[in-house]
Amino acid sequence: MKDFIIPWDDRDMGTPAKTGAPISLTIDGVAVTVPEGTSVMRAAAETGLSIPKLCAIDSLEAFGSCRLCVVEIEGRRGTPASCTTPVAEGMVVHTQNAKLHKLRRGVMELYISDHPLDCLTCAANGDCELQDMAGAVGLRDVRYTATEGASITNHFTARDTNGDLNPEYLPKDESNPYFTYDPSKCIVCNRCVRACEEVQGTFALTIEGRGFDSRVSAGGPLDDFLSSDCVSCGACVQACPTATLQEKSVIELGTPQRSVVTTCAYCGVGCSFKAELNGDQLVRMVPYKHGKANRGHSCVKGRFAYGYATHKDRILNPMIRDDISEPWREVSWEEALGFAAQKLRGIQAKHGQKSIGVITSSRCTNEETFLVQKLARAVFGNNNTDTCARVCHSPTGYGLGQTFGTSAGTQDFDSVAHADVIVVIGANPTDGHPVFASRLKKRLRQGAKLIVIDPRRIDLVKSAHIKAAHHLPLKPGTNVAVVTAMAHVIVTEGLANEAYIRERCDWDEFEDYAEFISDPRHSPEAVEALTGVPAAELRAAARLYAKGENGAIYYGLGVTEHSQGSTTVMGIANLAMLTGNVGREGVGVNPLRGQNNVQGSCDMGSFPHELPGYRHVKNADVRAIFEQAWGVEIDSEPGLRIPNMLDAAVAGNFKGLYCQGEDILQSDPDTKHVAAGLAAMDCVIVHDLFLNETANYAHVFLPGSTFLEKDGTFTNAERRINRVREVMAPKAGMADWEVTQALANAMGAAWNYMHPSQIMEEIAATTPSFAGVDYALLEEKGSVQWPCNDANPEGTPLMHVDGFVRGKGRFILTEYVATDERTGPRFPLLLTTGRVLSQYNVGAQTRRTENTVWHEEDVLEIHPHDAETRGIKEGDYVKLASRSGETSLRAKTTDRVSPGVVYTTFHHPQTQANVITTDFSDWATNCPEYKVTAVQVSKSNGPTEWQESYETQAKAARRILPAAE
Amino acid sequence: MASDKLITMANQIATFFESQKGDDLAERVAAHLNDFWGPDMRADFVRLVGDPSQADRLHPLGRDAVALLRLPQDV
Repeated sequence: MKDFIIPWDDRDMGTPAKTGAPISLTIDGVAVTVPEGTSVMRAAAETGLSIPKLCAIDSLEAFGSCRLCVVEIEGRRGTPASCTTPVAEGMVVHTQNAKLHKLRRGVMELYISDHPLDCLTCAANGDCELQDMAGAVGLRDVRYTATEGASITNHFTARDTNGDLNPEYLPKDESNPYFTYDPSKCIVCNRCVRACEEVQGTFALTIEGRGFDSRVSAGGPLDDFLSSDCVSCGACVQACPTATLQEKSVIELGTPQRSVVTTCAYCGVGCSFKAELNGDQLVRMVPYKHGKANRGHSCVKGRFAYGYATHKDRILNPMIRDDISEPWREVSWEEALGFAAQKLRGIQAKHGQKSIGVITSSRCTNEETFLVQKLARAVFGNNNTDTCARVCHSPTGYGLGQTFGTSAGTQDFDSVAHADVIVVIGANPTDGHPVFASRLKKRLRQGAKLIVIDPRRIDLVKSAHIKAAHHLPLKPGTNVAVVTAMAHVIVTEGLANEAYIRERCDWDEFEDYAEFISDPRHSPEAVEALTGVPAAELRAAARLYAKGENGAIYYGLGVTEHSQGSTTVMGIANLAMLTGNVGREGVGVNPLRGQNNVQGSCDMGSFPHELPGYRHVKNADVRAIFEQAWGVEIDSEPGLRIPNMLDAAVAGNFKGLYCQGEDILQSDPDTKHVAAGLAAMDCVIVHDLFLNETANYAHVFLPGSTFLEKDGTFTNAERRINRVREVMAPKAGMADWEVTQALANAMGAAWNYMHPSQIMEEIAATTPSFAGVDYALLEEKGSVQWPCNDANPEGTPLMHVDGFVRGKGRFILTEYVATDERTGPRFPLLLTTGRVLSQYNVGAQTRRTENTVWHEEDVLEIHPHDAETRGIKEGDYVKLASRSGETSLRAKTTDRVSPGVVYTTFHHPQTQANVITTDFSDWATNCPEYKVTAVQVSKSNGPTEWQESYETQAKAARRILPAAE
Repeated sequence: MASDKLITMANQIATFFESQKGDDLAERVAAHLNDFWGPDMRADFVRLVGDPSQADRLHPLGRDAVALLRLPQDV
């Protein structure tokens, strides 16, 4: 690969980097100084020398099996492997001489004697380390050939030299949709097995057999890759030096010739990738080893599930219609934008300036999001802007803002490697944030302790080489009671870090808090009946967190999506302040963000009450900055949030919506209410890749561009601003930022951005935490974490180091209030919702990839006891009903859920899980209460009436008129 | 907007602030509503709780907060 857009050093250094005191040595006459613990191999690489190697790679610890990297060291006997030999002061190393040359040739000759010589037609041709090493050691012939008729076997021919079936030959395993395993090409270097263990932490692979019988094996004897525990992260494929584990896309398309570094558009981890291409055809995605969020790792979605970008369902022409009962008409961009502008201005003339609004996307770039909220504030002339973060992490923004003073996580992901006790609350990282989960599991295997607070027994509770010290399986809806009880234990048992609190927090507020929290009604024993968590277990967990040195909390939507979501976030902040666990490496409060740019969309002023940088619209000085920059007057009153927009639409006061890259009909709660709101509007503009569910109610469809088709930035859960780079031209002709600009201009604005970097310049000029950010800095540093300004010119990996951003940290009282959503005779079970690894959010992207082999439909997890009393068996079609609606899906019996709790995902529109969820929401932010719905489950014959009528409506709404000749 | 929803939402907010310390709790409820509810929502709410039968459903702190709300004509 020669044509890197970013010429950053990407060489394989052979073994991982170490930190330690400097050690000086000489290698082939070159003096070099490296940290103690560094291997001789890596030290040589530092000087630019590459020692031949096969089993070593710098993403894995040295293994020392291939014997190709042997060297001679003066004063030492023999020829040690350079990968497993650490440097020593004054060492004199020789990597090339006649003896070493002969040894290496001998090793290679043996390898090649059991390897097919089909290099020219091999998928790894040109990208094969075995091939490279054969060249590097000067292998010219192979003396070991089998005698004809002697019944000698190898691993790569189907028949032996006698013509009999070769028992050592194993056919290709093509079961995984994205890569193949061809045992005939395997050199048993163990890199795949080690990658699965060390990098991914799944332990799905092993070497079975001894000596000549040694083979890579996924799962048990009857498993193939697909049926094994393999999670298809691809770390093994990336580590494989040959074509043994090979991407099917490379087999089909050939080896890529150029690459562009960019950022994944799935979850909030924000992994950096090299998009590897031929021309503008994407061949594969390879996690970028210098990416600071992922450090060279990825999951099945980021690495493999990009096929949606070229899926036949992509809509590439703008479309309009006067009424949603009509089929779509394909029109030019100009006509579509003119039609939309005229409709929106018409609505404003008739129903008032505030009768229209926007929804920005947490999947689009910062620059695109900034423009959409600017469209509302500067062109519509109102603050009716909201984003899908409303329905996931808005309580994080409010809760952390109130307690610490910033609406963001406190750490970078590297920090987890320094944590001693890790608390995971309402998050399922192995499915939702897999790359972070791998980093967390690595730390757990090094000995850190884990506390899981979740209604379900998620994989982290117990899986290969991982076991939580405590799992608190609370009843959905009782987070505040559990978190408050933990604080009760810490305060009443004298475990609070008083010195830290006196120095960094408001002491008066702490005294009020201590009095409140010490009340016996908050004790674990008092709340046990309510939460279902055994008091002794809760006490032990609280003690472990308080006493365990570096305590780090990671949480997800199981915390925020409740009627007390904001209160739980404050309770978590209280726990961290009580124990002094904010302000250094290895600790902190870390929201795991659902979508790639949730953090960024919040930062960019998507919320109706806040201008970019979390500054309330009521502040005249803040408005003045934007009024001057934009030359308009900005409304001083907050606008409508998504649920408020829908309520107002049903009431007849809200008539027009521009919705970019979000599918509110599927993702937002209480589908019937969302549908009624959308149906009551006169102009719904959907700007998306596909005719999503919301588009069934749309009048204008503007084709979107994927992350591969535009420049920009995403901000991940650690506040890291990462570049998104265009790897192919926008398929519909315009990137999303260009579409928003064109719409604004059709409505009379005179925007003139030529490139997203100019939008970032405007963001930096108006938003203090982004003041130092520009594209040149991102090119230079790769990424930066905000705040990035004069005080922190290279960004801020850790927040609140010398004190809280707001001044003194605030303890806020966290009284438990039961949700109004309660179980009763009609709806005796509690439904909670979540994700699976292979699918993402509403599934619009992942359902259009081969990932469906792992999850082709949403299923209902139900405890065997609850299933039995209802006569439900594994795989039965069941009806799931709540007071909001009913749907049907298949049941899966499992004790991962407690009795009384059922669980499903919302990845598939056929299931319509959100027909069931209610309109209850967080008290402070209106974040919907997805995680608690009282339901009943019963046997069913098939789809419910709603599912059928929905299907009919959707089908009709998606008709497209054939283009006029 | 549907009346029951506005009162439910206001009661949730009042219930949170009721648990806090201080003698300015109604002010804090009002501040939350002023900061996060649009002016039309606040106006609808004030109109709604002007009806005594609806006002009875409102949390006492919410009732105290009503007089402190900024309404469109004040803006």
